[in-house]
Amino acid sequence: MINYALRRVLSALPIMLIAITVCFVILRLAPGGPFDGERPLPPTVLQNVMAHYNLDKPLWEQYWIYLSGVLRGDLGPSMTSYDFSVSQLLAIGMPFTLMLGMTAFVFATAAGMLAGAVAAVYQNKWPDYLLVLAVMIGLIIPNFLMAALLQLAFGVHLKWLPAGGWPGFSIPHLILPVLVLSWPHAARISRLMRGSMIETLGTNYVRTARAKGLGSRLVLARHALKPALIPVVSYLGPGLSYLLTGSLVVENVFGLPGIGRYFVNAALNRDYGLVLGTTIFYVVLILILNLIVDLVYAWLDPKVRYR
Amino acid sequence: MTNVLDVRDLNVSFALHDSEVHAVRNLDFSLHAGETLAVVGESGSGKSQSFLAIMGLLARNGRATGSAKMGEVELVGMAPEKLDKYRGKDIAMIFQDPMTSLNPSLRVRTQLSEVLVKHQGYDEKKALKESIEMLERVGIPAPERRAAAYPHELSGGMRQRVMIAMALLCRPKILIADEPTTALDVTVQAQMLDLFKELTTDFGTALVMITHNLGVVAGLADRMMVMYGGRAVETGAVDELFYDPRHPYTLGLLSSTPNPESRAQRLNPISGLPPSLEHLPPGCSFNPRCAFRFERCFEERPPLAPYGAGERRKACFYEGELLPEERSA
Amino acid sequence: MAGLTGKDAVLTAYAEKLANLDAPKGRSLSQDAMRRLFANKAALVSLFVMVGIIIIAFVGPFFVPWGVGQVDWTAFRSPPDLEKAHYFGTDQNGRDLLARTLQGTQMSLVVALVATLVSVVIGVIYGAVAGYFGGKVDAVMMRFVDVMYALPYILFVIILVVIFGRSPILLFIGIGAIEWLTMARIVRGQTISLKEREFVEAARASGAKPFTIIMRHIVPNLAGPVVIYATLTIPEIIITESFLSYLGLGVQEPLTSLGTLISDGSSVAEVMPWLLVFPAVVLVTMLLCLSYLGDGLRDALDPKDR
Repeated sequence: MINYALRRVLSALPIMLIAITVCFVILRLAPGGPFDGERPLPPTVLQNVMAHYNLDKPLWEQYWIYLSGVLRGDLGPSMTSYDFSVSQLLAIGMPFTLMLGMTAFVFATAAGMLAGAVAAVYQNKWPDYLLVLAVMIGLIIPNFLMAALLQLAFGVHLKWLPAGGWPGFSIPHLILPVLVLSWPHAARISRLMRGSMIETLGTNYVRTARAKGLGSRLVLARHALKPALIPVVSYLGPGLSYLLTGSLVVENVFGLPGIGRYFVNAALNRDYGLVLGTTIFYVVLILILNLIVDLVYAWLDPKVRYR
Repeated sequence: MTNVLDVRDLNVSFALHDSEVHAVRNLDFSLHAGETLAVVGESGSGKSQSFLAIMGLLARNGRATGSAKMGEVELVGMAPEKLDKYRGKDIAMIFQDPMTSLNPSLRVRTQLSEVLVKHQGYDEKKALKESIEMLERVGIPAPERRAAAYPHELSGGMRQRVMIAMALLCRPKILIADEPTTALDVTVQAQMLDLFKELTTDFGTALVMITHNLGVVAGLADRMMVMYGGRAVETGAVDELFYDPRHPYTLGLLSSTPNPESRAQRLNPISGLPPSLEHLPPGCSFNPRCAFRFERCFEERPPLAPYGAGERRKACFYEGELLPEERSA
Repeated sequence: MAGLTGKDAVLTAYAEKLANLDAPKGRSLSQDAMRRLFANKAALVSLFVMVGIIIIAFVGPFFVPWGVGQVDWTAFRSPPDLEKAHYFGTDQNGRDLLARTLQGTQMSLVVALVATLVSVVIGVIYGAVAGYFGGKVDAVMMRFVDVMYALPYILFVIILVVIFGRSPILLFIGIGAIEWLTMARIVRGQTISLKEREFVEAARASGAKPFTIIMRHIVPNLAGPVVIYATLTIPEIIITESFLSYLGLGVQEPLTSLGTLISDGSSVAEVMPWLLVFPAVVLVTMLLCLSYLGDGLRDALDPKDR
């Protein structure tokens, strides 16, 4: 198991390096820069600014400066928020984004697995049909529309929950964002879970467990659940990426203080440094989370460890 | 002789899209304490489904009616929660494919000891100790190490031994083995049959051996029941049926089985195909393939009637000897 | 690269199914497949609704009395009003919402088509080249695809926004250019199984150049996968577009798109609900239809059934 974990960690490193390189190259080679706004800057000022951000050096040298910075945890300066470095901005937004993302991830995963398992056990009965409807809604309605609709319904009309904002940690302010963020994720997971649970319940080893007279609870919990989780867990990696995408929207729609807001603002203002820094941060985050998912997978399916 | 299982008029049917298929019809038989009963037939003859029905393990669309009494306990139609008090404890089952019948994600010891924890109320430690003893009993070397393994780390024969150990943990009154050797190597098959013989004798367990292989029956079983098209067509002591079969289908099975004692003899496979359960012919189900048929066989179905002395029964109108002289001698 | 809709999982499963088949023949849009598609009621209805939406989006504007940017000084913030022919009502600036919704739908459809086309072309060429040449070329090319898969899609989209933000069409060409990974995988698998077939061997024996073989013998056999890929990619791009526009990163005024309309509408939905409802209904209907259509096509072209 430890051997397997080490191998996985080592194979993730080159992917990180390639990702950083690809982002860097695309952004630097792209036409237009952060300083060609509506009014062109005077040439001497532009020259000074370019020098300040090392933009006047050859590309490979810029790359080297940037990469060595990244290794030291320094993601360079932001080009629009002059007082802060990219690392500082990320440090400000990160706790919230991680908190929101993790809450939604855990909630969606748990709810999706539970709903899928229940639907599989009650195949073609009303809990199953209810799930199909919830899944359809979650998959068809885009998250920004869902956010707007829920805000209107629960925030404006019913006034049960705040429609947005973040006055410091507050669970009511978290409910709608988490719901919007987790719905599509839970929908996909429950659909996968339902299919794999039905398949597992039909396997010979579940029949063996039933023949042993273990009782339906033990048969489900011990014998069916773990194998049924395997395809679901392999989806959790990509699922995290969807969730991340969603958190960009949710943070902006509900006015929440996370990285997503900086990211969208940086894109709007063409702040190369901040976009690049945020991208790298997300890539590293996703790779680490994928690594964890892989290890969970190996725990579920003993055969994987020996490959 | 006491009976551990009395089956009367057992019917199993499966609801399909827009129709119903009857897999087992009007099955009657008894299982004596400690005996070995072989249930023989082609695939689709209903031999497995009858016992899955008794165990309450039919597929979702399956339905069983009739009666199967284990002592005073009626198993057919019993709620699964109540059935779970007996399954695995008094009546256990082993399946055909040991590769897929063990849970790949659980260690062997977990799958064994849970049976004892559930049925005997042992604590984990005691259950584990007993499980390892049972593994040793079924001939698994280094049982402690094997108990910690996952099923995919064991060979096919080893897995089937684990299955046997699992089924015998509670010393059940009845053990049903559904083609337990089919998926194994020939050399392992023989060892496995010896193991069955030894353990069921030691524990006084009645064994039901479901098989299509008469070679298995000859060395192991006391009595046999031949099934065709969802019905029992002949039952009786193994020796009687082997040397004087009274149903043409039994004869067909015998002459299509290689016989080591008469190597030169040609095998005679039964002509024709097993019947489609949805469209059984009128009269005797076997009539399209039967060499002894006459008019009556197309008009009415022969009942499973007592024949001769003892417990022997057959479902055939033909009254003459089936075996040519030289063989019955 | 994980997209927005989870289509990759669906497509990868489909591609695996294709790859595990011995005879890759007859997987084109045969009459048989069409008949099966038309037997699927949900897919058939979806197809008609979708065609209807496309026709109305492009032909409709000629019959709407109001222009996209035209201001009706007598009707600001008007709810749907049949007398003045504001069937969907007007916005805060007195512009007709029906005209703007039609234009927004057009925009969504056009960018989706452009991006899908670009990704299909890149995916087919990339996959066919990797599959045809095999060996080291294949290993390097597919390893690159694997790495790209590990990266979050939306981040690259946003990088593209930074680069091409001022031109929506260029932006969606760019998005198409990062969407092709799954297509490349499918095509590669197909190419590998096709290149061993007699007609390709024959072409090679007669001295045809690799490019000619790929274009003439391999690409035409990819119709089935391409159609399925497209029906799954178009809604993904529609969602990406409306998502970006919603965040203010996509289509800019005076042009509009469904995402922009929904974004504008949701901020005033409390007092002018029609501004949110109509564009939202159009968007959700399109996505629903495309989803059923995609499922229907996948079933109709399912290689397992033949």
